[in-house]
Amino acid sequence: MLIESPIRQPLILGDKTYAQITDEIVRPIEGRANKMWYLVFTVAALCALWGLGLIAYTFGTGVGVWGLNKTVGWAWDITNFVWWVGIGHAGTLISAILLLFRQKWRMAINRSAEAMTVFAVICAAMFPGIHVGRVWVVYWFFPLPNTFGSLWVNFNSPLLWDLFAISTYFSVSLGFWYVGLIPDFATVRDRQVVPFMKKIYNIVSFGWSGTTKSWQRFEEVSLVLAGLSTPLVLSVHTIVSFDFATSVVPGWHTTIFPPYFVAGAIFSGFAMVATLLLIMRQVLNLQEYITVNHLESMNKIIVVTGSIVGVAYITELVIAWYSGVQYEHYAFLNRATGPYAWAYWIMMSCNVISPQLFWFRGIRRSLLATFLLSIVVNIGMWFERFVIIVTSLHRDYLPSSWTMFYPTWVDIGIFIGTLGIFFTLFLLFSRTFPVIAIAETKSILKISGDNWKRKTESKYAEVGEHGGHH
Amino acid sequence: MSKATLLAKFTDPDECLHACEHLVKKGVKVREVYSPFPIHGIDGVLSVPKTRISTAAFFYGATGTTLGLLMMWYMNVQDWPMDIGGKPSFTLLTNLPAFVPVGFEITVLIAAHGMIATYFFATRLFPGMPAKNPEPRSTNDLFVVEIVGDDNPGTSLNDLKSDLMNHGAIECSDDVLRYEDQ
Repeated sequence: MLIESPIRQPLILGDKTYAQITDEIVRPIEGRANKMWYLVFTVAALCALWGLGLIAYTFGTGVGVWGLNKTVGWAWDITNFVWWVGIGHAGTLISAILLLFRQKWRMAINRSAEAMTVFAVICAAMFPGIHVGRVWVVYWFFPLPNTFGSLWVNFNSPLLWDLFAISTYFSVSLGFWYVGLIPDFATVRDRQVVPFMKKIYNIVSFGWSGTTKSWQRFEEVSLVLAGLSTPLVLSVHTIVSFDFATSVVPGWHTTIFPPYFVAGAIFSGFAMVATLLLIMRQVLNLQEYITVNHLESMNKIIVVTGSIVGVAYITELVIAWYSGVQYEHYAFLNRATGPYAWAYWIMMSCNVISPQLFWFRGIRRSLLATFLLSIVVNIGMWFERFVIIVTSLHRDYLPSSWTMFYPTWVDIGIFIGTLGIFFTLFLLFSRTFPVIAIAETKSILKISGDNWKRKTESKYAEVGEHGGHH
Repeated sequence: MSKATLLAKFTDPDECLHACEHLVKKGVKVREVYSPFPIHGIDGVLSVPKTRISTAAFFYGATGTTLGLLMMWYMNVQDWPMDIGGKPSFTLLTNLPAFVPVGFEITVLIAAHGMIATYFFATRLFPGMPAKNPEPRSTNDLFVVEIVGDDNPGTSLNDLKSDLMNHGAIECSDDVLRYEDQ
């Protein structure tokens, strides 16, 4: 049995038994939802329907209903796309990278963070799809033999790389998530008394029995999937940044983009995880599993990635000046002082300045401060993408084409729609899936559980008193 | 032939592991251990061979890389080379830098899904498969050791009961019916 240093804070509070862990995590699935859940669900579902309606309107009328124009051909939709993909990154980081680093605190949050990944990528993937204009030929994205001669997709294009990256990322994340869910679905199945529920959870648990061999394979699969997902998640936002970095637009044509985008993605993703978990632990009574220590760890990652993003912003400015290219000079001058300066300074203050507050332990451990700052970071990261995309485009090489981008109500409505879709899916998830990885949490109970830590500590103390030298 | 089966139930993973070690040392063959989460080291005690699933994943990955490069080579170099922005597609080698991202993604795609599929097939995990754990609480808070009479011809399962109880089992039950059914 592994023994953990007594200095480490317990990860599971309260004197839990294995049965209690099952009970407390599964209870929200079996009980009835309260009024609050129905209220929030209704609002989210209405937003989702509104967004879907506006997507249908866009298809029917054309992309002209958006605020795009000849100069700014990419704006709100791609901003949303990058923002949503970025949010997804935290889930994979928690489930894959933290698994490779053997960080036990991930076990309370990986399930919901992975769910968030899957739902965020669904929201993200909608935008390139609806942006193509002729959505009925959207299958031309894929390398299919077609009826127009043997013309194939262009594998030299970063936009096509992006398609492969996002599709792979989505399907592998979904698979990874489901592999982890199977044993927990079996736990839910084996305690059901209602025949219908038992039947449903019997189907989704795939006949899991928890035998020695299956656990051995399970652990191996989780480890190798984590090993595959780690470079995958880094590649996804790297490739998203190539969409911009391989162009010749000043402000986009930057070698710093891949690490800068990846750090930004993890930054915004952790902020979204913090927002969701703070609500979830309260609503589902999971405070003893998702503790202040968990939130503090996440806040530490937020302050690190936020600082990386800050360094990237400043590096961009310096390199633009140092390049000696007047177009680069102007692009960055225009960002900070031009007509979109307000967006630039929102980005700067939300992403660079505000997370620095997390250097203070009191703020890092304050639930209210974490909640507010997580929302501030999400707003800031949305503006980061908006600033990169729109300010680089709206004043291009040809001053006679300079223009402004203003979103229309359809642009805004579709974005609200994706927020609705995301929260609808997340709320359904919280009512039907075990929101914390039950098996994994149990596996650390004897190491990081409050009661067990106390027990091992007193055992140590005893050994010390009796002169336990060896 | 006796179909008798003994189920010994433990509440603690370490006690379960030690009891199994004890049984194996005595020469008793343990058929299976059902647990709510992995008990580290139990596969060694039960002499369960190491899984080869990660080796399979490597070969799936290699297949992915090959297929991905082959696809891109065929489509963009062989079948219909395009010259876009003065960047022609002459050979696989000259185009390789541009083929790295998609080649990597297809490698990961096939390695991950190949491994998941292998895991499902090897472990017989399919939608709607009946669960085989004899004690429903083994997915909750019990660690269940299954000893089958057929595996241990010279041993009386009844004698093992007290031994298991001494090693921390909270309950030992005969599970004859389940095997009679089969």
